Amino acid sequence: MLSWSKHFLVPKYCYRLSEKLLPWLTFVWILSLSYGLIAGLWFAPADYQQGDGFRIIYVHVPAAIMAMAVYSLMAIAAVLSLVFRLKIAALVMSLSAPIGAAFTFLALVTGSLWGKPMWGTWWIWDARLTSVLILFFLYLAFMALRSALPEEKTRDQISAWLLIIGFINIPIIHYSVQWWNTLHQGASLKWDPSIAPSMLYPLLAMILAFALFYALILLQRLQTELLYRERKNPWVKEVIDELS
Amino acid sequence: MNHKQRRKLSLIGFLVLFLGIACTLVLYALRQNISLYYTPSQALVKPLPQSQNLRLGGFVAADSVHMDPRTLALNFQITDYQTAIPVVYHGELPNLFREKQGVVVSGHFDGQGHFIASEILAKHDENYMPKPVKELLDQQGAPHAG
Repeated sequence: MLSWSKHFLVPKYCYRLSEKLLPWLTFVWILSLSYGLIAGLWFAPADYQQGDGFRIIYVHVPAAIMAMAVYSLMAIAAVLSLVFRLKIAALVMSLSAPIGAAFTFLALVTGSLWGKPMWGTWWIWDARLTSVLILFFLYLAFMALRSALPEEKTRDQISAWLLIIGFINIPIIHYSVQWWNTLHQGASLKWDPSIAPSMLYPLLAMILAFALFYALILLQRLQTELLYRERKNPWVKEVIDELS
Repeated sequence: MNHKQRRKLSLIGFLVLFLGIACTLVLYALRQNISLYYTPSQALVKPLPQSQNLRLGGFVAADSVHMDPRTLALNFQITDYQTAIPVVYHGELPNLFREKQGVVVSGHFDGQGHFIASEILAKHDENYMPKPVKELLDQQGAPHAG
């Protein structure tokens, strides 16, 4: 485990490991996405009160989970980059931000589209919706802050502190529906799920598909970034030769 | 882990702890403002100023919905199963509005115990199930969720 993780920290091995992982991840991603979409949009029965409108759950819930998961991962990477000065951690942190922001945006938009017919409003300033909007702004602030700092070392350090400070929002998002009265419903996914099995399994598959999608995009962005940064090293030339 | 790394890690730990405590205190102090609505019981206990806009959250009481066919004014009771408050409303309703459904209504009291609503939002619950399952549950007399 230790040697594996050490390898992952060396740019060359990180690149090669991603290269080995990508086809497998893509395979499982296609499987879970096609099962999730077909079973969710086609075979799952309509909900007793929302009818077919409930199917937006298959995009909304995975996007919202990933919005929070990506941020948490970035915060962990921020701690690793600050304490151990790991280059790869800083890269994972910065390359994840646009993906996480996209998930958050998707969760906000799909929630809004669902909210109008079901609740009767596109938007309401309840604790859940507001805290997720703050998460979206945190992602944007992180990216804006990074682009405003020219020097890489200070950029990594200061943006890592921002991530750690903003992490306080993650438990607030999660517990907002329990701590306060909100219009947003509580969680359906828990140890004793309050969603029927025929609707639940496609949802789990979609969550897996979204997580794999994040991993795929992140690893490819990481590869590109490593190739560029190490362009003067001989291993990059080897990679290019293999490709052409 | 060397001395410098340990120092930085404990700095991060203290920062997170400090922020956590600060946020807990602020959010606890603001809890009434953050909550979206009052339950009917809370609204009657609190000395709420008349004509102040506020939100009530609860369930539409069973057999309480009446619509005047001439004026299209809607009357129903909003309840948390302890206290019920009569609501008067004139306007559009969301899809999920019906008896026993969770709703959030915004508006103000008229001084005679009636709540004059200007907007009604349906509160969806976390229960997702197909129609046959729901019918089976109703037949077995399971407590209504929603």
